[in-house]
Amino acid sequence: MRHTIAVLVENEFGVLSRVVGLFSGRGFNIDSLTVAPTNDESLSRITVVTRGDEQIIEQITKQLNKLIDVIKVIDFEAENAIEREMVLVKVNAEEQSRAEVLRIADIFRAKVIDVTPKSYTLEATGTPAKVSAMIELLRPLGLKELVSTGPVVIGRGAKGWKG
Amino acid sequence: MKMNGARIVLECLKREGVDTIFGYPGGTVINLYDELFSFKEIRHILPRHEQAGVHAADGYARATGKVGVALATSGPGATNTITGIATAYMDSIPMVILTGQVPTALIGNDAFQEADIIGITRPCTKHNFLVKDVKDLAVIMKKAFYIARTGRPGPVVVDLPKDIQIAQTEFEYPETVDIRGYKPTVEGHPRQIEKAVAMIAQAKKPVIYVGGGVILGNASEELTTLAKQLDIPVTTTLMGLGSFPEDHPLSLGLLGMHGTYYANMAVSHCDLLIAVAARFDDRVTGKIASFAPHAKIIHLDVDPTSIKKNVRVDLPIVGDVREVLTQMLKVTDAKNKDLAAAKEGFASWKAEIDEWKSKHPITYRQTGSTIKPQYVIQRLRALSDPDAIVATDVGQHQMWTAQFFGFTIPRTLLSSGGLGTMGFGLPAAMGAQAAFPGRQVIAICGDGGFQMNMQELATMVQNRLDVKIVILNNNFLGMVRQWQELFFDKRYSSTCMELPIDFIKLAEAFGAVGLRATKVDEVDEVITKGFATKGPVLMEFKVAREEKVLPMVPAGASLTEMVLAS
Repeated sequence: MRHTIAVLVENEFGVLSRVVGLFSGRGFNIDSLTVAPTNDESLSRITVVTRGDEQIIEQITKQLNKLIDVIKVIDFEAENAIEREMVLVKVNAEEQSRAEVLRIADIFRAKVIDVTPKSYTLEATGTPAKVSAMIELLRPLGLKELVSTGPVVIGRGAKGWKG
Repeated sequence: MKMNGARIVLECLKREGVDTIFGYPGGTVINLYDELFSFKEIRHILPRHEQAGVHAADGYARATGKVGVALATSGPGATNTITGIATAYMDSIPMVILTGQVPTALIGNDAFQEADIIGITRPCTKHNFLVKDVKDLAVIMKKAFYIARTGRPGPVVVDLPKDIQIAQTEFEYPETVDIRGYKPTVEGHPRQIEKAVAMIAQAKKPVIYVGGGVILGNASEELTTLAKQLDIPVTTTLMGLGSFPEDHPLSLGLLGMHGTYYANMAVSHCDLLIAVAARFDDRVTGKIASFAPHAKIIHLDVDPTSIKKNVRVDLPIVGDVREVLTQMLKVTDAKNKDLAAAKEGFASWKAEIDEWKSKHPITYRQTGSTIKPQYVIQRLRALSDPDAIVATDVGQHQMWTAQFFGFTIPRTLLSSGGLGTMGFGLPAAMGAQAAFPGRQVIAICGDGGFQMNMQELATMVQNRLDVKIVILNNNFLGMVRQWQELFFDKRYSSTCMELPIDFIKLAEAFGAVGLRATKVDEVDEVITKGFATKGPVLMEFKVAREEKVLPMVPAGASLTEMVLAS
């Protein structure tokens, strides 16, 4: 099972290596990982996408909680959370495919952020499913480069993580 | 008062009640050592290797329950501490390890004697700190001790760059410390405790399985009271030995790979397993799929990650073991009618266990004049003080000690259970002796493990740490040899210590006393003389070379698949 877990940590040097080291040391999977400071500057928020059965996910959240620098761990359930990622993708756009790239970009509400006679660079945000659907449509046209943030996630409703 | 960082470190140690540290000087801790020179409140013991220094601080911590403190310089000094730190980490021993570091401005420059000790110790410490500003030093020291001793204890490293030791600041030691990401659970959830008591009342064949946490959490008294009150048999892990008196009829001794027949049978046939501060290590469970197959499992632990890590658990209780057992004792007394009724039913279960006990007791055969190692252990028990502290190395002698010594008092067995560190016994005994100069401290070693830290004879002689060292010498790396005999067709690859070392001369070279027994009728004489002689004494026993530790559950087999002593 795929899980998206948010980890609120002390915004200090070395904390990310503790989190990443925990995953590698215990053989847990990392599909993607993003990290940045939050509105409270003393905190950073790590969003990690991992997979495993119920027992492994339980171990992951417990082990994360055990780290001294971890303030809170939230294992999001899909129905109660909004997940978004961003990709920047550089696509071949020669004569015959230039219009097609733009059509696909339009359908997925992607923005053209750079253009040359031979390529378009697009910026797209959305759920991981939407972003990957766009990528799959662009792939046959020739992807020159792709960079993704990996998902970030936030809970639905009025409450913040502190409740 | 304004003072330099080095002095602040020592003031912090003093305020944490530290009276003894084990350390080795070097370039980046020379300032600390200069302050130490005139700081009379702390006794400094100089080991002959940093690894031994950390094991000694570990032995000190295991024997006293206080936080053990070790000190090493940067680079090689710090990397030499790793095995000691990992040993303490695996057994949850409260320790603070101070390491020197190159000056802040040089960090990352591959400076002389620089090592990224924070990076290196990250996976084998409970937490670690690099001090980047002398103003943070006192708070970090306070946090380090707080983290080391609370919750599930463990080692904490504080890395001290040289310039931080020199820099001056106002010293103020915080009274308390608040770490927002660290709030260990103390009390058990009352509802879970109710459920646990209800499960006990329903049980017909209960067993209590006790781990080292009971000793670390100073809960032996509560555990013993509870077991006696409920009349439930108790088996312990290696780390749990001493938490419940082994001479009590309810004691099943050790369980697991080299556990007793009856402990392993009891666990395999019980209908309720009450795990108290144990972590279901693979050496305990054997094959997970067939571990305690008929049992509901209650698991009490301070560390939530221990619960459901290896085995399914029907009822978890997270909390401080002493606190939770105290909570349980409030509802399990004579007034509880359901429990009183259940207890009557335990009689037939205990009779079943007694049958297993008489069918296959822990045993060996002492025949002829060749000394059996188990015999030495039994004679050591008989001739030593009742409160003697025993430190072991790792291997056959460790298991024979666990099987035959008969521990009745907590903190009297110091042994590396989790990491299984050879070379641990001698320095750990040294640390315990430093803590308790008046008590008898015995280091039981094999000839292999002894040689891993034998340089510490010098430390013992110099500091008058009168450890009585016992070497069960079979001229083999015996435990590996046993595996090779049983599972590798007797191909003794690199397990024969071919060189016959004269351990007596070795002891004498260090200024210690050496005694030797080669025949069974010399054993008592050597032990008696060894115990009566002042100063560190090395007693060598030439034992039967190919004796095996039995029973044995082969790795990966079920607990019921024991190879038994004939």
